[in-house]
Amino acid sequence: MIELRDLTKRYGDKTAVDGLSFTVRPGTVTGFLGPNGAGKSTTMRMVLGLDAPTRGDVRIEGKHYGELKEPLNSIGALLEAKGVHGGRSAYNHLLCMAQSNGIPERRVGEVLEMVGLHDVARKRPKGFSLGMGQRLGIASALLGDPRILMFDEPVNGLDPEGIHWIRTLMQHLAREGRTVFVSSHLMSEMAQTAEHLIVIGQGKLLADTSMSQFIAENSRTHVRVRTPEPQRLLDVLTTEGLRPAAGAQGALEVDGGDAARIGELAAAHRIVLHELSPQRASLEEAFMRLTAQSVEYHGHAPGGVQAPPEGAQVAPGAPQPPPEGPQAPPGGTQAPPGAPQAPPPGGQQAPPPGDPQGPPPEGPGWGEDWQRRRRR
Amino acid sequence: MSTQQHNGQAAPAQPAAAHMPAPAGTVPPAGAGAGQQPGQGQPGQGHWPGGIAPYSSPIPMARTNLGHALVSEWTKIRTVRSTVWTLGVMFALVVGIGLLSAVGLSGDFTGMPLLSSGLFGLMLGQICVITLGVLVVTSEYGTGMIRTTLTACPQRGRVLLAKATVFFLLAFVMTTLACALTALINSALLSDQTLPSYERGSELADSFEGGKLVASGSEWLGATVGAGLYVALLGLLSLAVGALLRHSAGAITTMMGVVLLPLLMAMFMAGKALQDVRDFLIEYSPLNGLASLYRIPMTTDQDATGWPLLGGLAVVTLIVFAAAYALLNKRDV
Repeated sequence: MIELRDLTKRYGDKTAVDGLSFTVRPGTVTGFLGPNGAGKSTTMRMVLGLDAPTRGDVRIEGKHYGELKEPLNSIGALLEAKGVHGGRSAYNHLLCMAQSNGIPERRVGEVLEMVGLHDVARKRPKGFSLGMGQRLGIASALLGDPRILMFDEPVNGLDPEGIHWIRTLMQHLAREGRTVFVSSHLMSEMAQTAEHLIVIGQGKLLADTSMSQFIAENSRTHVRVRTPEPQRLLDVLTTEGLRPAAGAQGALEVDGGDAARIGELAAAHRIVLHELSPQRASLEEAFMRLTAQSVEYHGHAPGGVQAPPEGAQVAPGAPQPPPEGPQAPPGGTQAPPGAPQAPPPGGQQAPPPGDPQGPPPEGPGWGEDWQRRRRR
Repeated sequence: MSTQQHNGQAAPAQPAAAHMPAPAGTVPPAGAGAGQQPGQGQPGQGHWPGGIAPYSSPIPMARTNLGHALVSEWTKIRTVRSTVWTLGVMFALVVGIGLLSAVGLSGDFTGMPLLSSGLFGLMLGQICVITLGVLVVTSEYGTGMIRTTLTACPQRGRVLLAKATVFFLLAFVMTTLACALTALINSALLSDQTLPSYERGSELADSFEGGKLVASGSEWLGATVGAGLYVALLGLLSLAVGALLRHSAGAITTMMGVVLLPLLMAMFMAGKALQDVRDFLIEYSPLNGLASLYRIPMTTDQDATGWPLLGGLAVVTLIVFAAAYALLNKRDV
């Protein structure tokens, strides 16, 4: 369990982390989400005692990091910056870590096997790919078989197979009763891994909620209707108290509408419908709406008009033209007024709330498939 | 505790204990915490979701102490190439130059104490030890390894102490070995000298016994253990400077300045008015300390043994080390 109380970190007059208070509990994967520069890494460094907080404190199982008797057995961490001497072989890197905590040497071989790096154990990490470096970082986090695991952007640089592996690994670790705290700037990634969600923006806590709750509260649903007689349908719907809005390619979008009711209304008024489909805004959009005010680095798209971002997009608010600034329009859609709105990307849809676990755990064979591929 | 509501989540108010309360249906093991031993890689026992006993590792754990840190630092220093390179080059320079100069000088009257030509190689060799001393600390900052190190051992003072001990012992043993080998070469090749008539009555005449140039016990000590200690201390000072500056190039440059500048500056202080400054700079130049240990001091005081200067270096090193120690505990990494 990690407890943060009023944790604050200032660098000069810039506040990187601003009064964070939350608790990360064992047995679940807790996602730590925020745009770039939100203070995620700074928070994690303070958890590890690497940076001293300006105010407040953070405790691991009730203790400050410096008071831990066997730190690697209490908490294992993968930090964003690799933290490996490029000239020391993977094996020796893990060995010197193990020795500093009195962990038996055989454990080094075990974790290398676990992450699938045993073939390159004697190689120097200088030549490792991003994904292999990430696996070495995960191996060092697992070295002490810790009760708490903390991963900073673990999927960075991993291929899809690696991403799947780390996802199942984290869920497996949580299921063993460990505390798993993982940061990301990708909502879509979190939606598939985390059960609990902590969102920060500009160092401030924006949300501390379960994933299913977040999905339920933040997914904007609307019904898209397409008809050759948009004006008639518009009148009918408005009369019935619904709030249709012009959507992309002549479609109408009805916020909070019920598809069945709209269909019945159209039938009653003998209006032909070409499309009637309930739409769910992506979690990514919900996340952007939440953090829109607190995004630190805005990019500006050259055209000024852009479709809502796909999963990999990092800078929320970026597509908007400057006058609008970071403020999201009241409707919550990210496209500027009048711009064509693409449908929410299907891949970013939330998993059904009833299945927070995602894919089933792989059990003991983590990384096996990756190893097989390497041997080929 | 959390100021935010975990709205809608099943988790009840957090108890003081570190484990989640188990809802009816799942049976927590007796004495949760010690009882449950899920081996690595066993798929989760019990059923999700609900109360899960906190994880407890089957791996035996020890309370960490300085011994662990020392073993770890020893592994670190012997598993990077910079150690092999710097110490190897140091050895080659000291012994190689020692051998060459001994061969070149043999047969003639050198006009120097028997072991003193070992200084030439060591003046270059000490740069390697300085480099290694700096790198022991700064390479960790450069690569980010320092975060891993301080995560594994949050007692920062212990890390610095372990690094310093391991490095100092290694540097001392290696430098002393190289110096001893050079001294043996010198004594083997240079003792056959005849004292020219114009040197009779000079101090050097005392070192001739039975027509051969010999070195006294204290000369041997100074040219082996003394030189080894001196260079290892310089290396330790470099390590402390590295911990202060946290930057390889900056720290190495600083140390080069410390070693070379006093003498270089003194060379350009010709005037009478600067005589005192000039003498001071020469006397306390690190190179003079080393030269004095070889009994060829750069000052007019030809009786200097170098040991007081070695003591002075130790004091300076201790002060800088204390500053590095204090700052390491204060700074973010």
